[in-house]
Parts: sequence; C-alpha cells; structure tokens
Amino acid sequence: MSDRSSDPGGDKRRRVPQQVTRLLVLFALFGIALLAARHYLVPATFGQMGHYRAAAIPQNAAQPVKYAGREACADCHQDVIELHSSGRHQFVGCETCHGPAAAHAANPTEVKPRVPRERDFCPRCHGYDPSRPTGFAQIEPASHNPGQPCVTCHMPHAPAPPTLPASCGACHGEIARTKAASRHATVPCTRCHEASEQHKQAPRANPPTKPTTREFCGQCHARAAGASSGVRGPESGVKSPEAGGATPDTGHRTPDIAIPQIDMSRHGQRFLCWQCHYPHSPEVR
Amino acid sequence: MEERKDEAPGSRLQAPESRLQAPGSGPQAPNQEARSPKPEDTGVDRREFLQKCGVAAALAWVVRVATAEAEQRADYKAAEHLYGMVVDPAKCIGCGRCMEACKAENDVPADPGMCRTWVERYILTTDGQTIVQSLDERGPNKPAVDETRILRTFFVPKLCNQCAKAPCVQVCPVGATFTTPDGVVLVDKDYCIGCRYCIQACPYGARYLDPRTRTADKCTFCYHRITKGLVPACVEVCPAGARIFGELKDRNSPLARYLRFSMLQVLKPHLNTEPKVYYANLDGEVR
Repeated sequence: MSDRSSDPGGDKRRRVPQQVTRLLVLFALFGIALLAARHYLVPATFGQMGHYRAAAIPQNAAQPVKYAGREACADCHQDVIELHSSGRHQFVGCETCHGPAAAHAANPTEVKPRVPRERDFCPRCHGYDPSRPTGFAQIEPASHNPGQPCVTCHMPHAPAPPTLPASCGACHGEIARTKAASRHATVPCTRCHEASEQHKQAPRANPPTKPTTREFCGQCHARAAGASSGVRGPESGVKSPEAGGATPDTGHRTPDIAIPQIDMSRHGQRFLCWQCHYPHSPEVR
Repeated sequence: MEERKDEAPGSRLQAPESRLQAPGSGPQAPNQEARSPKPEDTGVDRREFLQKCGVAAALAWVVRVATAEAEQRADYKAAEHLYGMVVDPAKCIGCGRCMEACKAENDVPADPGMCRTWVERYILTTDGQTIVQSLDERGPNKPAVDETRILRTFFVPKLCNQCAKAPCVQVCPVGATFTTPDGVVLVDKDYCIGCRYCIQACPYGARYLDPRTRTADKCTFCYHRITKGLVPACVEVCPAGARIFGELKDRNSPLARYLRFSMLQVLKPHLNTEPKVYYANLDGEVR
C-alpha cells in the first residue's frame, strides 16, 4: 500500500529487501543440508522396490540352510528310502527323527546325524494325548513294555504293530496284551505252558499245563551256586528247553536288559513265585 | 591432476643429468629418455599402475556384486512366485517337531516365549469353557484340565500369516519390515530400530523381539529355503502332513489343489489382513 502510494522510483521497487535475501539464502542452505543428509543417511537401495531396503531381500535369502530336505538323503541312502517308502512312516521326513542334516550331506564322513534310540523319543508322537486325532497310533509309555527301547520290537523305517501268536492271543487277548507290554513280551506262551492241539477244540476239557514248582522259574531266575552277581545277562545263554532259544517264535530280538536272578534257597522259601509275582507282567510292584 | 604434480619434481631432478649426457638436445626430449629406463626397471609406469589399479578395483567390485547376486538369487525371480500355506489342524498330532526344527533352522532363542511357529492346544470343556495352551517343544505336554472334563480337544499350529495387508508393515516407522514381490513379509534386521510397534500391531502375536540383536523377528516362510526350491523347515519335518506349502499362483502345485478341494478359513478374517496362511476345516472356537 505504501509502495503504491509513495512510488519513489522503479529501482527501489525492484530491489529485494535484505531480510528476504537472507531468508532465501538460509532456506537454500537448509535445503542443501537436507539433501546432503538424505544422501548420506538413506541406505543405498532404499526405495528401489518399495518403502524398504531392496538389499534386505538377498540378505534374508543368504541365511544358511540346516535341514537338507528328504530329496538330499535319497542321493546316498537309497536302500533306506525304498524300505521307508512302503511303510506307515512313508510321509515322515528323514530329518523329523534324524535332525538337521545339511551339515551331514556336505560332509558325510565327519558329521553324523542323530540316531534316536531313547525310550522317550517315539512317545513324543505316539504317546497318548487326548488332543491327538482319533485313530492315530498311541500308547501309554508308562505301561507299554516299560524300559525297553521302541526299536526292540518296532522297525522305525517301516513300522508295523508286532504280531503275537494268534492261537493264544485270539482267546486270551487280555493276557496277551498285558504280556506284550511287559518284561516277558519276548517270552512265548509255550515257554511256560504246554497246550495240546485239543485245547483249541475243547479248552476246558484239555487245559494247558501251568508251572507247578519254584524250580521252573528258577531255570531262568536262579542264581548259580557260588555266583556273586544278582543278575544274568542275555549272553549267558538262557535256553528254552522246548524251542532251544530264548525267543524263537516271535522273531524279536533278545531283550538287552539283564535277567534278574535270586538265591533260591533264601528268597521267599515258603512261597511259590507267582504268589508274589504275576508272570504275565512280572515287574516288581 | 596428481600425476602432473608428481611429474614436475621428477623432471626437475632428471633434467640436469640428461643435460650432462646429451648437451645438444632440448629439455623435453632428455627428460623422456631419462624417465624411460626407470619404468622399464619396475615394469610399470605410475600412470599405467594407477590406471590398472582403477580397472582392477572396478573389476573386483563388479565380480563381487555379480557373485553375491548369483549366490543369493541364482535364477530365482521373485515376481514369478507367490507363496502360501494351508494348515490342517485335524492332522496335527502336537509333537512339536515344527517348533524344534524352526528354532534349529533359524537360530531362534531357546526361550519358549520366542517362537516363529508354535502349536496351541484347544480344550473345549463340558461346562462350555475354551482353554488354549501353548505347547513347549522341549517337554512333555499335558492338558490343563482333567480328561473327564474335556468335551473336545485338538491342536492348532500357528505361524506368521504373511498378510497381504500386513498391519506390521503399515506401522513400521522406518520401513524395516516389508512384503517381498513373492508375498513374504520380511524383517530388515540391519535397519530395524527395535521400537516394537510391529509386535503390538500384529493381531496374531507372530512377532517377538530378539534379545540378542534387539530387533523384531518373525517367521519368514524360511525365505532362504524357498528361494532355493526347498520347503520351510516346519513343513519338511511335520510327520503328519498338517502343513501344506506351495505356490498360490501355480494351479498344479499341491497347495493350489488343496485350496480347491478343502473348506478354508483364515484367522481373524474381520480384520481384513488378507492372510496367505489358510486353515482347513477350522473350528469356530479358534481365534
């Protein structure tokens, strides 16, 4: 308003006021400082693909692989893969049980993957849990053949339920099931009972034999005279008189646990063994 | 510029010597003659040396960048892929192998509160309660209530849902978490400031703060594996086939087939996060 009214001269109107020039210089400096800061502070690849550092993608992808994948196992272990592909575990990856094996695949001789044989390994999948889907194979680890590693009876690469002699188990199912989960699991029924062929037709008229003396149990569980050890290992050669072997007809391995042995003259003299021990599930209770 | 500066004192030194040998010649020619034997001794001229250095450095940089690219990418083109996963809770046996494998593969802290994937046990009781328990991959897990009170119970595996509209990506103030062209939400550990906004924002509780680096961490669908053609570690070890991983775009992938033939849901659909992890035949109680 004052400019227009006074109108002192054209040069005065054209001249930019000093304070504005100073402000413009300040703004320019600020802008340059901002650009310089942006140049140095914003990472090189930021904004190339989006609001992020594009270099972070290859960085994430460069992480080392530890699980090689089941295809890598097939390169060397074709025999196991063949066995595995027909069994109930065919969709279970090798590394589910054997652990991360990329290091083993890279250096097969020096790095070995784990081979789990511990008793508590298989129940992580097959131990009873009410939340598991119906029909999934489960056992109660506390009563299912306690103390025995699962691989004694089950082949982990192609597992199947172990079979019992059907001629006994067909009728004596409860006993068969109890015995199957006991220390005597690998002892055949005929080791202690002699059943005639007629027993199958007329069971009550032709009952099988039962042991009658302490000495019968003593065949396996008596300590030899003068022996100091209270147990006898499987290597001492416990032979069943009928079959000539400890576990001939089940096809199972001889248990690795030592057989407990007692001094017959001093252990419970007045009693018969089965008055205290149940032979079908002989754990001490 | 530097070359010329260096040359100047050299010529001054050499000049008198050459003048003694050949007094008739000009100052420029003897200078060149005197200089020429010197490079022959060492084999390389300084200019040449610097030039070669420059070329070598440039070459080394090109090679380094090229090999790094090759190592990480090979012939992988992210834009051609879109990954997804189907979880089938009806198949899950709650063995915890996925959690174990994830921790081993991705070097996740052993703390049970820090998981990239985890398994929840849902228990619907006879008196109408719903109890949710997280499994511990290390120990034996027992249901929290007596079996006589259980009406129905099942396991639900959980992980980052790799949302197409990920809240964690939206809230990150520095752009340290992002969605890749192949649909995976990743964390840039070098750029994360550890402010935990993303941990708060994730409606699925899929994120945690790594106490060693003080940065956010989460499931990456094992990005280092899937870009090499492998499946994520949890999918590799799942003995029950409860997780199906694959391409969403490819109609022939097992995942696409599963998507076509199953009744599917996503978790918390009302939040409009558009997850790429689908749940087959999910119970309404699962949140």
